[in-house]
Amino acid sequence: MGEPAQRLEPANKPPQEETISPWKEAWRKFRKNKIALVGTSIVFFFILVAIFAPLIAPQGINEQDLPNRLQPPSADFWFGTDDFGRDIFSRVVFGARLSLTVGFLAVVGSAIVGSMLGIIAGYYGKWVDTIISRIFDIMLAFPSILLAIAVVSILGPSLRNALIAIAIINIPNFGRLIRSRVLSVKEEEYIMAAKAIGMSDSRILFSHVLPNSMTPIIVQGSLAIATAILEAAALGFLGLGAQIPEPEWGAMLAASRALLVQAPWTLFFPGLAIMLAVLGFNLMGDGLRDALDPKMKT
Amino acid sequence: MKTQEKVLDVKGLRVSFFTDEGEVPAVDDIDFYVREGEVLGIVGESGCGKSVTSLSVMGLIPSPPGKIIGGEIKLNGEELTTASEKRMRQIRGNDVAMIFQEPMTSLNPLFTIGNQLMDAMLIHKMGNKKQAKQRSIEMLKLVGLPRAEELMNDYPHQLSGGMRQRVMIAMAMVCNPRLLIADEPTTALDVTIQAQILKLMKDLNTKMNTAIMMITHDLGVVAETCERIVVMYAGKVVETGPAVEIFKDPQHPYTRGLIQSVPDMRYKKQRLYSIPGNVPKPGSIKQGCRFADRCEFAFDRCRQEDPPLYQTAEGHSTRCFLFDEKEETAHDNRNTVKS
Repeated sequence: MGEPAQRLEPANKPPQEETISPWKEAWRKFRKNKIALVGTSIVFFFILVAIFAPLIAPQGINEQDLPNRLQPPSADFWFGTDDFGRDIFSRVVFGARLSLTVGFLAVVGSAIVGSMLGIIAGYYGKWVDTIISRIFDIMLAFPSILLAIAVVSILGPSLRNALIAIAIINIPNFGRLIRSRVLSVKEEEYIMAAKAIGMSDSRILFSHVLPNSMTPIIVQGSLAIATAILEAAALGFLGLGAQIPEPEWGAMLAASRALLVQAPWTLFFPGLAIMLAVLGFNLMGDGLRDALDPKMKT
Repeated sequence: MKTQEKVLDVKGLRVSFFTDEGEVPAVDDIDFYVREGEVLGIVGESGCGKSVTSLSVMGLIPSPPGKIIGGEIKLNGEELTTASEKRMRQIRGNDVAMIFQEPMTSLNPLFTIGNQLMDAMLIHKMGNKKQAKQRSIEMLKLVGLPRAEELMNDYPHQLSGGMRQRVMIAMAMVCNPRLLIADEPTTALDVTIQAQILKLMKDLNTKMNTAIMMITHDLGVVAETCERIVVMYAGKVVETGPAVEIFKDPQHPYTRGLIQSVPDMRYKKQRLYSIPGNVPKPGSIKQGCRFADRCEFAFDRCRQEDPPLYQTAEGHSTRCFLFDEKEETAHDNRNTVKS
């Protein structure tokens, strides 16, 4: 963090200089990163689209306009129409709602559960760590999409269950990340100093260990949203996530895969939306990583 | 003269680490005490058990693998080795506080100085937020930091090492403990800052009547601050006595070696004295005096029996057979040592 040369000479600082919190410092670095800003803009664009979907979309998601079936993109139908005459633009716009919601909720859920388990495993060690870590290992031994399919087939196919499945399969990623972070943070001298002033274990966990393990959670979180959106689309495509006629991007791809030659726009635009959303979150996540934790760069 | 009441009384303390290679005794049957308002120096090379001793007093021995296997630690008459974790938490910071070697990493980088100082008070319920803030500012002023009010909102990375160590001292003193354990408080600091920090600690010791247990390998630090000294070697106390006397009349060959190893700036000697050999690995010496292998005065008995502490003067004792009356008459070794 920062240039050490600067840190060592606080006495020479003009007193009027505002205090720089580590978060402000990170924001300053983030702002300088052009690519990250592009990613963030894409993310915010999708968020806005999702929020104002009813205002943006010219038609309802399931309004069939049979005379205008399979129209190519035009001034009337920006992204064209599908085989039921539904406006693809409107469906993609509403699809942003579904995909972003699934992405956010799944990641928030797995981040919370994963961090808690990771902190407990890392801080207490011993058999607690052994049990939690082995469970993570078992979960990571399966290809994640296979595990998600297994979870969905137990719960039954629906968008909500896909969300739960994605949250579950991401838990070990967060758990292991936080565990390793906690293992190094707990050896820091300020933890010993906190113990020496009589701080309790739970307080040390939440006021010292957790905040100091926050940066990897944020970075991993933003990258995981991208993966979660992709996984949701994959489940939707396989018919295990969102169900027809929900305008979920993956499900839209699945529904129109027979039309690839006849009406490529029916696949192109939902696919483009998936790609852009994933790209946006990835770029933003990379930028966050560079700003928050330069050492994590690989 | 200060009151004679003992703040800390350690008797027969034994701490071992249980590793894959078996039990490793780090501290083996040590006795010492700290009187109210006194500065006691614990001196010894790295690995002699100084830090383990201080951590045992705090109840912070990393366990496993460490464990206190015997002896008692009495703080203000209260036994600490059997105290519950809950009681220990109340004691830490409140009755006994500790400052560490590395000021650069002893503060949480994510919180402001004020935040961390106030935390120390709020944990022990020494008043509400406002009072805590006021007292924190007072403490920062007391430890000689300029612009205390602004400093409260500063983050640790904005402070220099010396300033951070002052903050650590303020944090340790905020609840007015009766005993402050300082584990090599100046080792990581510049020489010029070292003197300031030592002076500050000495001032606080006089002003607030807080006893200090100064753990160090630096005899200069001891000479400057301590009233009494405990010299440790390989987990045992080898010599203890008033600082003045130990510097004037060091008795144990190890103490003599330590004093001789301090460079003297006034003379340019050909070669600085060093004690031959290294500190033995804990647990490696099963029989005899632990210093025998490095001692130039060692004789047969030293390699067979473990010497007890011999009292040689009022409050001054030495763990060395050279001070056994029988040996003295037989070998007249003491004079050899003294000359």
